[in-house]
Amino acid sequence: MFENFSLWPEQASSVAGEVDALYGFLLGLSVFFSLGIVAALVLFSIRYRRQPGRAPSRIEGSLPLELLWTGIPLVIVLFVFAWGTKLFLKTQVLPVDAMPFQVTGKQWMWKIRHPTGQSEINTLHVPAGREIALSMISEDVIHSFFIPAFRLKKDVLPGMYTSLWFTPTEPGTYHLFCAEYCGTKHSEMVGEVVVLDPSEYQTWLEGRPAEKDPVAAGALLFQNLRCDTCHNTTSGARGPDLAGRFGGEVATQDGQKLRFDERYVRESILEPAKRLSAGFQPLMPSYQGQVSESDIMNLTAYLKSLAKQGAN
Amino acid sequence: METRSSSYLGGEYGLRSWFLTVDHKRIGIMYLLGVSFFFLLGGLFAVLVRLELLTPPGDLFQSETYNKLFTLHGIFMVFFFLLPSIPAVLGNFLLPLMIGAKDLAFPKINLLSWYIFMVGGLFTLYAMLAGGVDTGWTFYTPYSSTYANSHVIMAALGIFISGFSSILTGVNFIATIHKLRAPGLTWFRLPLFVWAHYATSLIMVLGTPVVAITILLVAVERLFHVGIFDPALGGDPVLFQHLFWFYSHPAVYIMILPAMGVMSEVIACFSRKRVFGYGFVAFSSLTIAVLGFLVWGHHMFVSGQSVYAGIVFSLLSFLVAIPSAVKVFNWTATLYRGSISFETPMMYALGFIGLFTIGGLTGIMLATLAVDVHVHDTYFVVAHFHFVMVGGVVMAYLGGLHFWWPKMFGRMYPELLARVASIIIFVGFNLTFLPQFVLGYLGMPRRYHVYPDEFQVLNVLSTAGASILGLGFLMTAAYLPWSLKYGKKAGANPFDAVGLEWDTPSPPPAHNFDTPPVVTHEAYERKEEELVHV
Repeated sequence: MFENFSLWPEQASSVAGEVDALYGFLLGLSVFFSLGIVAALVLFSIRYRRQPGRAPSRIEGSLPLELLWTGIPLVIVLFVFAWGTKLFLKTQVLPVDAMPFQVTGKQWMWKIRHPTGQSEINTLHVPAGREIALSMISEDVIHSFFIPAFRLKKDVLPGMYTSLWFTPTEPGTYHLFCAEYCGTKHSEMVGEVVVLDPSEYQTWLEGRPAEKDPVAAGALLFQNLRCDTCHNTTSGARGPDLAGRFGGEVATQDGQKLRFDERYVRESILEPAKRLSAGFQPLMPSYQGQVSESDIMNLTAYLKSLAKQGAN
Repeated sequence: METRSSSYLGGEYGLRSWFLTVDHKRIGIMYLLGVSFFFLLGGLFAVLVRLELLTPPGDLFQSETYNKLFTLHGIFMVFFFLLPSIPAVLGNFLLPLMIGAKDLAFPKINLLSWYIFMVGGLFTLYAMLAGGVDTGWTFYTPYSSTYANSHVIMAALGIFISGFSSILTGVNFIATIHKLRAPGLTWFRLPLFVWAHYATSLIMVLGTPVVAITILLVAVERLFHVGIFDPALGGDPVLFQHLFWFYSHPAVYIMILPAMGVMSEVIACFSRKRVFGYGFVAFSSLTIAVLGFLVWGHHMFVSGQSVYAGIVFSLLSFLVAIPSAVKVFNWTATLYRGSISFETPMMYALGFIGLFTIGGLTGIMLATLAVDVHVHDTYFVVAHFHFVMVGGVVMAYLGGLHFWWPKMFGRMYPELLARVASIIIFVGFNLTFLPQFVLGYLGMPRRYHVYPDEFQVLNVLSTAGASILGLGFLMTAAYLPWSLKYGKKAGANPFDAVGLEWDTPSPPPAHNFDTPPVVTHEAYERKEEELVHV
């Protein structure tokens, strides 16, 4: 029972120490105020306990005191707000050149896909010292990807991508939990995050069965699903040419301007008519039910790679 | 004057005279029976949950069963105990007495509220007996609307129905406080209990319809597959969370504001002083009620809502902490140069201040974005809201129940036993929930049936604490009914408190006041010669 018992979690990401510092500050603040209140309660209870012959004083209140104990807490919480928000923003803004991993959650397992195509279930191997970005989606209900040692979590939603990024610092094995209640085996939707030295990570990758990387897998799908019969470079093609489009803007039929991003790609595959590109007919059928979430992520990776080639 | 027949408990005895009564006091007692039953039920589920968590593997129950246990614990405790406890029992009994009225503004609607509440409870009970529900009390979609295989509709319907009871009670209280105050009882002479109930009623009336609509939408999606929340049907799962917390966060204040009202009364009485900063305490209730509607997004910092929404909700959540802090400071200052005695209600009140302070300060931590990302959906949150809900609301409810028990029934409870029970409850509570803060920061997620071995020590401590807490509750559940028959007779004002309710005999006559009272003094004001105790 006492094996591995501890009172403080391990720190294994670049932000863990900073979160702990902020939490430590708040803990100190809380202890200070709790003890202050308790001390006042005890002191007053003893000093002003009911005694024969002594009357309570008539005190109605005090405006200066009210202002003081409204003002001081206000200043303190604004300071804490600023600190917490600054750190939060740091964890929310994705670095550009992070290694892109795909995560799919479903009752009750995590499916992981590495940038080079290797996949694993309920375990995530990552190299230490590198920025890792997870693009996550759920195939059924809401889950939440939680790594206590990293001090990070993010909900994994059906129908909408969310992302989480971190830089693991300490090689080791850490808990991966589903934090959002997702049904019967919620507490068994757990796994491990294994942080390896970059060279060990390379070795580990090479030891895995070879799989097509997301770009290649997406390119194959693009052919097999016959996307290329309409989306090609011939003039007068029935669909817009997709090369070089990712990351740019789309003008839709009804005059909206949208970003051509993961979300738009996913929506256009599943509900093509919803936000049609200007100048095209609603000819494309929906691929709902024919493609899995990971197929969509692969197709997206492929389109993204086309964008990069275009830029070069 | 104190003849038996004149008391509201005397006169007619039959069941009919109770089930058709329009006397706010009798209805309050009927609520007391109702919520006590649901508290017992919710407590039973808590015991089973804590027993399962003694060991890391799921050895006592199946996962399905465990998930139903914590769901039913949450549903019964939140919707059928915490929400109605203080307003429907103590508020119902005391509001008219405190403002010098014969009854609430709409006595028949008051009775209707009780029936609606019980019908709602019975629907949820049916859901439990038919096999239970496993969505968590929060009913997150699309799990609840599409994937769960349990009795979601029945349970949701029960909550939907009981919501109307809350709305009607709120309307009734607002009308009563506006229209039925005794001559001379101006707004700023009202007891703070009344102010707190006024603020609470506003939330009940404005907030409850939203949760009713939300729950109805879940049922519509589940029954007719209309896409509202399930993205597979074209809905938005996060929309549910916005709607749910738009009510369910203010609902926290429906629970805690009346508790704060009880606190002000008890502390004023047992320190023999007016509440320090009356106006600030009164208006902080209203501030909390208004700001409470603007902080729901702090339940959703990691839900995928926009980063900027998160920042705004974080800021507003920090602000709502201020009026709560102001109250704590004012109560503490009330003790200064008082003449303090430590009868049972005061024991609970002092316990409340300490525990609510911890509940509030950990709330500050949760409002802090970067910290919440880590502790969201862990035992840290579980510990935090139990500090507010049990350390706050239940402590105040028990304190209030002891304070007004002699008024309600004309009998004293056994004082020594009650003080011992209050200490047992305080110790048990802390042992149950303090370890859960540590568990949460270590990363143990809530609603986990099976958990890693390294979390066992803290879980064992927590379960041990729960057994002590349970013992305290059982003692209370034994001596309070015992006192109805064997307790010492209480006079009109056994605690030497100030307030119109203490001017009536205990128990009060059916129509409260023989002659309508006229108020000529401020709240908690005592005559000079009453102050010195010999």
